[in-house]
Amino acid sequence: MMAPVAIPPFESFYAEHRGAVLGYLRRMLGPAAEDAWQETFLRALRAYDRLEHADHLRAWVFTIATRVALDELRRAAHGVPLGDALPEREAPEPQGFAYGELAHLTGSLPPTERAAVVLRYGYDLAYAEIGAALGSSVDAARAATSSGVRRLRRNLERQP
Amino acid sequence: MNVSPDLDARFRAAALAEGLVDVRYDLVDSPVGELFVASTARGLCRISYTVGGQEEELARRFGIRVLRVPLDEVRRELDEYFEGERRSFELSLDLRVTAFNEAVLGELARVPYGHLDTYGSLAARVGRPGAARAVGSVMNRNPIPIVLPCHRIVGADGSLTGYAGGLAVKRALLELEGALLAT
Repeated sequence: MMAPVAIPPFESFYAEHRGAVLGYLRRMLGPAAEDAWQETFLRALRAYDRLEHADHLRAWVFTIATRVALDELRRAAHGVPLGDALPEREAPEPQGFAYGELAHLTGSLPPTERAAVVLRYGYDLAYAEIGAALGSSVDAARAATSSGVRRLRRNLERQP
Repeated sequence: MNVSPDLDARFRAAALAEGLVDVRYDLVDSPVGELFVASTARGLCRISYTVGGQEEELARRFGIRVLRVPLDEVRRELDEYFEGERRSFELSLDLRVTAFNEAVLGELARVPYGHLDTYGSLAARVGRPGAARAVGSVMNRNPIPIVLPCHRIVGADGSLTGYAGGLAVKRALLELEGALLAT
């Protein structure tokens, strides 16, 4: 049995994840990313001394970042529903999807689809981790990702 | 993606201002080499001549929320000391050591700038004459060298014995203070 991984000092955790989280939030929020980035790491620091183990710290900080980003997008929409309810049906894993070519279009996606696609293909999170970040089921996370990919492809085709 | 120095500094300052940091640390240049310095909300808790890999030990002793944040006051007093302009430190300290160690370090703090004292004499002053060896071991593990001046403590025969930063550093500090003639 492997010994549990000790929780690293916050500085090590911060140094390891700060860049990736900023990249993710730039995809989610554009210029508003910096405030959300600081809020993400402040929330992480507030909770850090209550962590019980060091498993999934990367997914944990992306979950915090996702909640901060979705809150920010909802706030910016002034309470208007974002029209991005999660589909609950099972969806197949997208095939032959070249994220690198479509990443610049993710800003056109509804927020939850944007988060799902970027977390899956930009940061390689598992669907269970994406579900946790979105506060949804694994199936809903997979469906949001799949739906986001289809929308990206349509948006690409519509480009002049 | 790189986090800009400005954004990084703003986060660290915000974390500190919100009281979320158990122990902060910084690296300070000095004539005797780079120093690792650390402080809790109570005060200075560590000076080390070893700058790498100290964060885990700090986390175990003072809390997991370890963050590098500038320690300007500590840096300023150390700079003044190394420039020969400061003879005693005004920094508050966070020791968290056993009662015996605290008593010994308390007596150590009273050894004046530029003076030498012996392990045996410190032992006698904490009411444990004959405990020179135990006092030596407290000096060995002194968490805040320079500020708690274990470099001023020498053997009964005047030999420099040992020092965490090496004997050359001990000699350099004593020469700075005028306790030894430069050789």
